[in-house]
Amino acid sequence: MTNPIEIHKHRHLKYLRTEILPTAFCSGCGCGTILNIFVNVIDEMGIDPNDIIAVTGIGCSSWIPSPYLAVDTLHTTHGRAIAFATGVKVMKPEKHVVVIAGDGDLSGIGGNHLIHAARRNIDLKVFLVNNFIYGMTGGQVSPTTPKETKTTTTPYGNSEQPFKITELVAAAGANYAARWTTYHIFKLKKAMKESIEKKGFSFIEIISQCPTSYGRKIGQKEGIDQLNHFKANSIDIKNKEKYSEEDLENKIVVGKFVERNRREFVDGLREINKKLAVSN
Amino acid sequence: MNNKEYLKDFAGKTLFVQGDEAAAYGALFAGCNFFAGYPITPASEVAELMAKELPKVGGFYIQMEDEIASMGAIVGAAWTGGKTMTATSGPGFSLMQENIGYACMTETPCVIVDVQRSGPSTGQATKGAQGDMMQARWGTHGDHEIIALCPNSIQESFDLMVEAFNLSEKFRSPVIFLTDGEIGHIREKLVIPELKDIFIQPRRISESKVDIFGGERIPPMIEFGQGHKIHVTGSTHKSNGMRDVSSQNVHDVLIRRIYEKIELNRDIIVKYETHFTDDMDYLVISYGASARPSLGAVHSLRKQGKKIGMLRLITIWPFADKITRELCKKVKKVFVPEMNLGQIAREVERFTSNPVIKISKIGGVSHTINEISEEIISNI
Repeated sequence: MTNPIEIHKHRHLKYLRTEILPTAFCSGCGCGTILNIFVNVIDEMGIDPNDIIAVTGIGCSSWIPSPYLAVDTLHTTHGRAIAFATGVKVMKPEKHVVVIAGDGDLSGIGGNHLIHAARRNIDLKVFLVNNFIYGMTGGQVSPTTPKETKTTTTPYGNSEQPFKITELVAAAGANYAARWTTYHIFKLKKAMKESIEKKGFSFIEIISQCPTSYGRKIGQKEGIDQLNHFKANSIDIKNKEKYSEEDLENKIVVGKFVERNRREFVDGLREINKKLAVSN
Repeated sequence: MNNKEYLKDFAGKTLFVQGDEAAAYGALFAGCNFFAGYPITPASEVAELMAKELPKVGGFYIQMEDEIASMGAIVGAAWTGGKTMTATSGPGFSLMQENIGYACMTETPCVIVDVQRSGPSTGQATKGAQGDMMQARWGTHGDHEIIALCPNSIQESFDLMVEAFNLSEKFRSPVIFLTDGEIGHIREKLVIPELKDIFIQPRRISESKVDIFGGERIPPMIEFGQGHKIHVTGSTHKSNGMRDVSSQNVHDVLIRRIYEKIELNRDIIVKYETHFTDDMDYLVISYGASARPSLGAVHSLRKQGKKIGMLRLITIWPFADKITRELCKKVKKVFVPEMNLGQIAREVERFTSNPVIKISKIGGVSHTINEISEEIISNI
């Protein structure tokens, strides 16, 4: 029997490892949307997939590039994608080194690597998929789960304060930091392009839906329910001043948080080597 | 990438340096071009020398936020063609274990220096020990084989470091350079060999698309950027690198191959040194710093007419099983001086039914020759 994917030869299939399709993502999951947007971005920007190295961690979001994206891929240990990617980028500064992983991976177990990479301002493109939950392990509380949410490990409600990750990365020194949601597909696409064009640590927090492990717990059973929630509760950063801090608690502030031109880390290392080569 | 001109300035020279520094020079001469690390006593001198010298040979030193990140960065850099290394001591070595397992599973050549200090936990931060012998063997989870080397002098710190890089390339495996705070910090003469006298094992790279995780016992690598869209994962994977975590057979084939590539090559990997073993009644087995007073004790007892021989282990893992079994057969008792409570003594027991007597010294002070010879005398 012919593979139906082979019959319908979409022009973007060349960017995917088609032998592995369909994806393992749950029905209604946001990961497919993000993969779709990223593929559109590299297609529209004319980036040769051979110039991309994808580095991922552990969790559903890490599966967006690994295994589906047909590029050189390093699927690392939990939380450590940015650390591995740092080694890759120092040696291969001419490549686009892209990290895609989840909120638990990049801001929980790997939070230290995230802020230090932002501080170093190393030219990595980090897309943190925030679905507010540890999805792959079945819905445990994560560093981004909103207060009072009942999860499998907060059966009486979450008493912790969630991270504001984009604000954290912006403060740590990244050259680019933005937050969008899987509802804002065109704005997210534009931001991905900007982040790739921007030299230095470029970060996008992508708020995404997880109907299986999170949406169901908060009364948003279908993927579309969460997307409607993102639509109704997002506030553009340009309008942020109109709201009190209390009002913003349950809102999603979207937009570009920072864009600047600090010197990039690997450029700095290579300048030292150049100077020493001259003096030798 | 190596700046041969720069290395030539060192070649043939005699230096008076610490073991940590000798190890760093060895790495430079082995072609190391990427180091990621985090400061820790008594290993910081390795990082400091690499920070100073690596940029001069076109390489890169980066200081990471912790040892977990350091280990991750050297694996990432290795897949871009880097010859990579990190250096640490007990607490940092503990943190690195998960990513060392990743290097085993993804068959990534790299070198991890552990300048052992007194533990567990923070222990005696500035004092040498040999307490990580078993952690080097079994620190990361799951079935795996590992290569670990133990230098016992400053010259050997240089020579074995070159060997460590060569073994990592030959067997596509992480190699542990398992030194200790004593050897790391003492100063001795180091004669740097001429460049032509240093053998460098080249990395086996396939230019065409082939399976890089199977097909042969030690498959060639393909690096990032070669255009073959490789997939590297710490999950169980098929020979083409694609994840398959549900088939019993895929896991079995992968893990047995990774195990066998070292296990079946023991004879090539294992190095040791023997003294007076042709004619002996008792055998001393030691390694690293504790092998020095051990050999002193053997010489002193020989002078007193005692028939003592010695086996110095240079390769610790895989263990020197054949020579240990063979030499233990020739004697009545075996003595194992080491700076821990008997980690290698217990390993030796696997290869002999003769009594194995531990001569343990802990607390950050190495054995004296007298302590070892007295312990032997009182047991023979």
